[in-house]
Amino acid sequence: MPKLFNVKKYLRMDKMPHIWCPGCGNGMVMSAFLRAVDTLQLNPDKVVVISGIGCSSRITGYLDFNTLHTTHGRPLAFATGIKLANPALEVIVITGDGDATAIGGNHFLHTCRRNVNITLIVINNRIYGMTGGQYSPLTPKGENAATAPYGNIEPELDMCKVAEAAGATLVARGGTSQPVLLEDLIIKAIENRGFSLVEVLSQCPVYYGRLNKKGNVVEMLKWQKENTVSVKDVNKLAPGALKGKVLTGVLAAHYRPEYTEEYEKIIKIAQGK
Amino acid sequence: MIRKLMQGNEACAEGAMKAGVDFFAGYPITPSTEIAEILSRRLPQAGGKFIQMEDEIASISAIIGASLTGFKTLTATSGPGFSLKQESIGFAIMTEIPCVIINVQRLGPSTGAPTLTSQGDVMQARWGTHGEHTIITLCPASVEEVYYLTIMAFNFSERFRTPVILLLDETIGHLRESIDLEKYDHIKILNRQKPWVSPDKYLPYATEAGEPPPMAPFGEGYRYHVTGLVHDESGFPCTGNHAAIDKLLKRLNNKIIAYLDEITLYQEVKTEDAEHLVIAYGAAARSAASAVALLRREGVRAGLLQLQTIWPFPEKLIYQKSLGKKTVLVPEMNLGQYAGEIKKVLKDKTLLVPISQIDGQLLQPRKIMAHLKGEEKHA
Ligand SMILES: Cc1ncc(C[n+]2csc(CCOP(=O)(O)OP(=O)(O)O)c2C)c(N)n1
Ligand code: SF4
Repeated sequence: MPKLFNVKKYLRMDKMPHIWCPGCGNGMVMSAFLRAVDTLQLNPDKVVVISGIGCSSRITGYLDFNTLHTTHGRPLAFATGIKLANPALEVIVITGDGDATAIGGNHFLHTCRRNVNITLIVINNRIYGMTGGQYSPLTPKGENAATAPYGNIEPELDMCKVAEAAGATLVARGGTSQPVLLEDLIIKAIENRGFSLVEVLSQCPVYYGRLNKKGNVVEMLKWQKENTVSVKDVNKLAPGALKGKVLTGVLAAHYRPEYTEEYEKIIKIAQGK
Repeated sequence: MIRKLMQGNEACAEGAMKAGVDFFAGYPITPSTEIAEILSRRLPQAGGKFIQMEDEIASISAIIGASLTGFKTLTATSGPGFSLKQESIGFAIMTEIPCVIINVQRLGPSTGAPTLTSQGDVMQARWGTHGEHTIITLCPASVEEVYYLTIMAFNFSERFRTPVILLLDETIGHLRESIDLEKYDHIKILNRQKPWVSPDKYLPYATEAGEPPPMAPFGEGYRYHVTGLVHDESGFPCTGNHAAIDKLLKRLNNKIIAYLDEITLYQEVKTEDAEHLVIAYGAAARSAASAVALLRREGVRAGLLQLQTIWPFPEKLIYQKSLGKKTVLVPEMNLGQYAGEIKKVLKDKTLLVPISQIDGQLLQPRKIMAHLKGEEKHA
C-alpha cells in the first residue's frame, strides 16, 4: 500500500495558487521534497530553504520553513553563510539549472569542494523558464531556445560529474517521471553529512517543450522515462544500449570531512583547547 | 589608557571585534587584505567564524546569510571587489539585513593601481547598487577613527537594520598610528531588536513609529520569508500592489533619513570665526587639518569641517557651517564627487573651490593652502 503523506502542513496554503504554469515540473519536485521532509520528520523550525532566481526558485515562497529567496546564482553562497554560522540548521537549496550552473557555477564548484553539509536540489528543465526560454548550460546541443533560433551549438554540462569531481560527497539524479525514486534520493541527500546534489530532470512544457516540439506534459514525461536508465540496471543492459540515455539514482557517494565540523576544530585550536 | 601602535586595517579588525563581530567572509584584495588575515586569527579565538569565499559576490552573500541567523557580520574589499558586491548590497537594503562592508579604496577604474590611494568610490558607495535607496557610509581620517567608526558602523547597521559601508582609503588603511583602545569603551554596543510577539503574530516587516522592524533569527521558531522582491509587511511579494511598493521604498529611506542628526558624525576645527571653510573626509581631511593649522599661523582665518559620515548627505550641517563664509574648499582625491553635492547646498551664495587630485598620491596640505591664497588656479 502506498504511504500516505500530509504535505499540506508544510505549505503556506494562503499563498496558493502558485505562479507555475499547468504541467510544470516544479510542483512535482516540491511535493517530493515535502514527502522527504515528512519521512525524515525534520523540525520545520530548523529547516532553512534557500533559492536563487527563476521559476523554480519561487518555491521558497510556498514552503512553511525559514525561507530565503536570494539573488540570481548565489543561493549556495548565502547557504554557506547560514550553515557555517549555525550548523544546527538543516540547510537546503532548491534552484534552477541556469541559476546553479551558469551564473552560479563558481559557487557550485566551491560549495562541492568545501563539502559543506547542504543539500542542493537543481530542477533541471533544460532552459531559462522565467525569462522566456533562452538556452542554459543544460540545454542539449542542437535544441532550440528563444536565443538559439537556429539550434544550440553549445554542448551541455553534466553537473553530476562536475559535482563529484569538485568534491560533493553524494551525487544523485532523479526525475519528475519517477516521483518515488526522487523522494528517496532527496532523503539520502539530506541524510548525507556533507554536500549533496540531487539533479532533477524536469519539464518546462511552455518554453522548452513548445520550442522543441516535445508534445504535451504526458509525452514529455514519457520521453524522460524512456531515456533514463537506473545506475542499478547498467550492467544488465546490452552493450550500446546506454547510448543517449541519462543515468539516474545515486551516482556517487564518498566520505570526506565536512566543512563546518572541520571549522569547529579550528575554533578549538585557536582557543588552545 | 591602553595605547597601541596599529595599522588602519588592524584597527578596523579590532574595532569589529569590539563591536561584537561573529562572522567574516571575504576575498583577498589589496589594500584591504590585512583585515581578513587578522580576523582569520582573531575570530575563531573568540568562537566566531571566518571563511575565505571564492569571490566577492559569494562573500557578501555569505555574510548576509550568516546575519540572518543572528550574527554580526563583516566583509572587506577594495574597488574591483566593491563593484562585484553591489547587487547583494541592494539585497541587504531591500531585505533589511544588517551587515558591514569595508571598502579600502584604491585607484581605479578597473585594476587601476592597487597600492595607490584614492577616494574614487564616494559616489559608488552612494549609488553603486541599482534602484532608489539610501545608505549609510562612514569615512575615517585616522587610525583611531577607523577603530571608532568600525564600531559605529556595526551599531548603525544593527540599529537601523541596514548594510553600512565603511570607506577607508589606502592611506588610512596602511597608516600606522598609536591609538587609545579604551577611549571608546563608553560607546554602547547595539544589537538588533528581536521580536517580542509570538511566532504566530510575527509580521517580519511590520513597524511601529517608523522604527526598523524587529528581526527574528532563522531557526528560532519564527518561520518567515525573505525576498529581494518588493514585499509587504508579511514579507511576501507585493508586485501588483503599488501602494505597498511605495510604502516599502519610502519606509526604507525614511528609517534612515529620520535619524540623520544621530547618524551624522563629524569633527570641526576653528569653524566659528573662519572666513574660509575646508570641508573634507578621509585621508584628505588629514591634509586639510594640517593646512588649516598652518594657515592660522599665517593669520588666515581658516577652519575645517571633517565629515565622518558622508552618506546620507548631511545637508543641514553643511548649510549651517558654510553660512557667511567667504570660501568653501573641498579637497578630495577624485574629480569633485563630493564637491558636486556641496555645490547644490551652497547654490552659488558662497564661492566653492573644489581641489582635486587623482594621480594616486596623497593630496598635500600645501596644495590646499595654495588654492586658498590664489596661487593655484581653481580646477
Ligand atoms: C543578475 C541577474 N541576471 C539575470 C537575471 C534574469 N533572470 C531571471 S531568472 C533567469 C534564468 C532562470 O533560469 P533557471 O535558473 O534555469 O530557472 P527556471 O526559471 O528555468 O526555473 C534569469 C536569466 C536576474 N534576475 N539577475
Ligand atoms: S515557464 Fe516553464 S519553468 Fe516556468 S513555470 Fe512555466 S512551465 Fe514552469
